[in-house]
Amino acid sequence: MIAFKLAFRNLVGAGLRTWLNVFVLSFIYILIIWQYGILDGWNHQANKDMKAWEVGNGQYWQENYDPYDFFTLEESHAKIPEVLQKASSEGVVTPILISQASVYPDGRIQSMLLKGINPDQKVIAVPSAELNVESEAMPAGSPTAGRTGHEIPVVIGRRMAKSCKLKVGDVTTIRWRDINGTFDAAEVKVAKVFNCNVPNVDAGQMYIPIEKLQEMMQAPDEATMFIIGKDFEMNETVSGWEYKDYDFLMTEMNEMMKMKKVGGSFLYVILLLLAMLAIFDTQVLSIFRRQKEIGTYIAMGMTRGQVVSLFTVEGAMHAILAVILGAIYGIPFLLWQLKIGYTMPAGSDDFGLAIAETIFPVYGLGLIITTVLLVLIITTIVSYMPARKISKMKPTDALKGKIQ
Amino acid sequence: MEQSSIITIQELIKRFPVGKGEFTALNGINLTFNTGEFVGIVGPSGSGKTTLLNIIGSLDTPSEGKAIVMGQSTGDLTTKSAAKLRKKYLGFIFQTYNLLPVYTVYENVEFPLLLLKMSSGERRKAVLDALEWLGMTDKIKSRPAQLSGGECQRVAIARAMVKKPEIVLADEPTANLDAANSHNILKMMLKLNEELKTTFIFATHDDKVIKYLKRKITLEDGKVVQDEFITK
Repeated sequence: MIAFKLAFRNLVGAGLRTWLNVFVLSFIYILIIWQYGILDGWNHQANKDMKAWEVGNGQYWQENYDPYDFFTLEESHAKIPEVLQKASSEGVVTPILISQASVYPDGRIQSMLLKGINPDQKVIAVPSAELNVESEAMPAGSPTAGRTGHEIPVVIGRRMAKSCKLKVGDVTTIRWRDINGTFDAAEVKVAKVFNCNVPNVDAGQMYIPIEKLQEMMQAPDEATMFIIGKDFEMNETVSGWEYKDYDFLMTEMNEMMKMKKVGGSFLYVILLLLAMLAIFDTQVLSIFRRQKEIGTYIAMGMTRGQVVSLFTVEGAMHAILAVILGAIYGIPFLLWQLKIGYTMPAGSDDFGLAIAETIFPVYGLGLIITTVLLVLIITTIVSYMPARKISKMKPTDALKGKIQ
Repeated sequence: MEQSSIITIQELIKRFPVGKGEFTALNGINLTFNTGEFVGIVGPSGSGKTTLLNIIGSLDTPSEGKAIVMGQSTGDLTTKSAAKLRKKYLGFIFQTYNLLPVYTVYENVEFPLLLLKMSSGERRKAVLDALEWLGMTDKIKSRPAQLSGGECQRVAIARAMVKKPEIVLADEPTANLDAANSHNILKMMLKLNEELKTTFIFATHDDKVIKYLKRKITLEDGKVVQDEFITK
């Protein structure tokens, strides 16, 4: 306890030198907690959004389906099994039929995925109900005047709308190939442009009623995959279909978040190194400048070990004072961020990751404790290293300030 | 009052390595110090005064012979035991005061008591008493940089005396002071010596100090050439 009391007195007495080090350390605390809070918040939000929009509580994939190989799409559809058909009619799973297609906005060609979805599904957040609109009669004077059902209603995401320059009410041509290899084309009308943070649901994709797509592909009652809702549990295996659980479907996202965290760590590692260098320098300088003081401590009855402890605690106490200083300005800042969130820079939604426009940080107790302990331990080690020199000092030389 | 021996020095030799050879700073010293003495070790620079004081203060160890302080041979003590000896029985006064620069006067004087783990109430009383003896109660909150040389040395004496040690070792305590301050300081130390029966051992070559001594030991080239008791 004496070491703490004396170290505190020495640090406070040293004035500006102490407070500069303490401020840099406190800044590092806040930066680490904030940065990791944002990444955790992003992770939390991305998980929530991906669950709501894309992966649900798991999926059944037709055995040939490989989302990373578009060439498999021609073969990755099959008749909907009875058990999944039943679950689908109960609304606890929803089938998705996927086909490669092209869209011709303003005469340009663009590849995309055509996804057939049940307009009445409630399993994922895609606003498929918008697909329930009746096709309007073609205007008089057109070659198909008076006919209805000419334009297929589609919903698209913001990214798709942006890349194709489409908006609600626009009509464009799509082309696809059915299961027999025959190309066909039709006109689609954008019924809804939805806002979604998950690029996999949005970019390069068009949602149309599944029955319509089955008809277009000549694949009645077929699907490529099923998305499972929260109230569905099935223990039996379905022949020709592979179950993919939530964790598997989130693997890629979680790996990417880990990479982001590692990448983000570089900045604070550099800052931490700078702070440690400052503390190390302060300690080396202290031991050199305060030789007489060290000699006096020993003359008054402190052991060399106690003096080493005193100097180590002095160094480590920078980290403790930094917690206090950091709390004074950091807690209001972190709470303010918690309230207003961090607005991601423009263009960050093109990263290919699920990113909300505003990320709300998540500060876990574990994150705070780990950060404080990490900085405290490193500071203690850095403080102890130069302080060890004291144990080799002769008190008579120290009193004279003769040590080089 | 019967005086008892608290320091016994027997055939003490201290050598220091110099280049490839050795320099003998103390050569066959035999001395005894009794409780309540006011002794000066005098002699020219390099005669071994400070070395002898350091060995008595267990800051250094003899090369040969023995220095027995409070019944303990300083050469045989572990660093921990030596620290304990200094903490309990010895007070030091230095030529350059050696006050802790970031501490106030109060904190400087309180320091030895913190090491003795005294309660805060006891510490406060002892510190205020010590500062009162030395007439420094009005400077309690000042830092060493705000004090004159004489005041610094008075604080240093208060720090040495606050734990009421058996022995005070003072190395050239008046070397940095003017004549008036030197006399004041010496009178205070003499008063403390008489009131508290603390043994004072000075290393000095200052004539002003010599005037106050009750015993003068003269060293030359590491040997005692004269040991006289002065009656006034």
